[in-house]
Amino acid sequence: MFKKKGKSRLIPNYIILLLLVCLALGPILVLFFNSLKSFNDLGTNPIGLPRVVQIENYVNAWVQGEFATTLTNSLIYVVFTVAGVLVLGGMAAYSLARLDPPGDNFYLVYMLTLSTLPFWLYVIPLFIMWRNLGLLDTRAGLIIMYIAFNSPFAIFLLRSFLMSLSRDFEDAARVDGANEWQVMTRVVIPIMWPAFLTVGLVVGLGVWSEFQAALIFLQRDELMPVTTSYYNFTQRFGRDWSLTSAGAVMMIAPVLALFLALQRQFVTGLTQGGIKL
Amino acid sequence: MKNQEELQTESPAAGDGATIAVSPHKQSWLHSRRFRRQIMPWLFIAPITLLHLVVVVGPSVAGMYYSLTEWSGIGKAEFVGLDNFRELFFEDRNFLLALRHNLMWLAFFLTVPFAMALAVATLLAQVRIGSMAIRTAFFIPYVLPSVVVASIWRMLLDPRLGFGVALENWGIKGLAYPYLGDKNTALAAIAFVDNWHWWGFLMILFLTAMQSIPSDLYDAAKIDGANRWQEFLHVTLPGIRPTVFFMLMMTAIWSFLVFDYVWILTHGGPAGSSEMLATYLYKQAFQRFEAGYGAAIGITMSAIAGVMATIFVLLRRRGWDV
Repeated sequence: MFKKKGKSRLIPNYIILLLLVCLALGPILVLFFNSLKSFNDLGTNPIGLPRVVQIENYVNAWVQGEFATTLTNSLIYVVFTVAGVLVLGGMAAYSLARLDPPGDNFYLVYMLTLSTLPFWLYVIPLFIMWRNLGLLDTRAGLIIMYIAFNSPFAIFLLRSFLMSLSRDFEDAARVDGANEWQVMTRVVIPIMWPAFLTVGLVVGLGVWSEFQAALIFLQRDELMPVTTSYYNFTQRFGRDWSLTSAGAVMMIAPVLALFLALQRQFVTGLTQGGIKL
Repeated sequence: MKNQEELQTESPAAGDGATIAVSPHKQSWLHSRRFRRQIMPWLFIAPITLLHLVVVVGPSVAGMYYSLTEWSGIGKAEFVGLDNFRELFFEDRNFLLALRHNLMWLAFFLTVPFAMALAVATLLAQVRIGSMAIRTAFFIPYVLPSVVVASIWRMLLDPRLGFGVALENWGIKGLAYPYLGDKNTALAAIAFVDNWHWWGFLMILFLTAMQSIPSDLYDAAKIDGANRWQEFLHVTLPGIRPTVFFMLMMTAIWSFLVFDYVWILTHGGPAGSSEMLATYLYKQAFQRFEAGYGAAIGITMSAIAGVMATIFVLLRRRGWDV
């Protein structure tokens, strides 16, 4: 589109775009700069480059924010949720796309409508139930919830990916005498990896950033993911911006690295329905 | 649909052949046709569905019941009929204030991010050199966790050390202001921060949709002598309308559920000036232990979001779109 235009006509476009790029990336750069400043430097120079690079901020934030514990916790939540979503959601998607369960249209409507039930509708009874079951303030309790929240998205994406694939390989395996289990594990799963990666990235990012459920369902510091723990950390060290900024950089560094490395998969996955405000 | 039917008749035949070939003699129940065709598929679906029923659907139904009770979350819930709703809509000024804020939030998010995303996607669609890098830059804020975004902007919006002070050093005065601490600006400031993280993602969605518009439509428009604005109005906008429409609907739903940014930045303050339905529910249910009352707020939010979604779906059926 818009072909055959003089390059100079695009100069206004570039000016506006670059200004907005500064709006998008500038604040993140400020965060990074502030994470390297000394307390006094920050007090007189809150936006610009650090005058002296003070790398100890990271050590201090790491220790005082207990990032060793909380980053590990977040990683546990991400890994178990992604694994659970892929296994359980993948099984359901496989069945819906391939095994033609009787009444599957009804099930899809069920998933479409009930997966939109908002968090605030069920959070109070869920909280009470989790307390009665002893799942409140436990890792397992949070992981089970995360799997349930993310499963509709995973089922839909994996199902549509599977439906776009030809059944020829599977039929060939059946002709060769493979049973359904073997067809699934030996034929379908190997060709599903791109979809697993997309779902894993979207769900993983969602769990890594998740705040409200962790805030409500976890009270013990040693179980907190990095988000709620960082939130408490900023409440405690409210004015010590070099410290909180260093903590924030540690939290987002793995996300940004992964995003830049696997950008295409991230963008595809997020635009295909892992859409959250 | 037709394709699915074809496949349906095809695959069982292949499956039968395989079973007979592997085990001609043992025809146990597990290998029976009925089990394989009707029961086993549901066994694959059952685990995740049970989980979803237990975590989401069951508690949602329970929530509807508890909204009709007076309940602290411990012990027995006392049935009070519609009392909670009467109190919410006729007596609770904080609730009505929060509802108003949510409506203002809705108005903001239905306009500002959409205008920005449409304008910038149009600009970016014409650009070749550097387009991928620019796209990446716009997408990055979206992948940051809310706590980090909030932390960044708490610094930048600070009256003594924020961007306003930095601009003063450059000669631009009057922008150092306690945006989050003033009850006239707190809500707008939070909306700005949330939008900072959101609009770039919306822009990428629109850009992707624009790029799937066939280029001969633009050529035809040019032959007809359309200028850029007319091209946008008569080719681009109709081409991306389904995407815009869908996102307007999602925005309408989410606007009533927003929590993270408000809670992290202001806790709904100062003096309730940025209170939202979700933060108010959180306070009622988890700080004041008014579980029944909180559930009533939850039902109300969900009902409004549901009505919004229904309006959009009906408009769509009416042929207003697609």
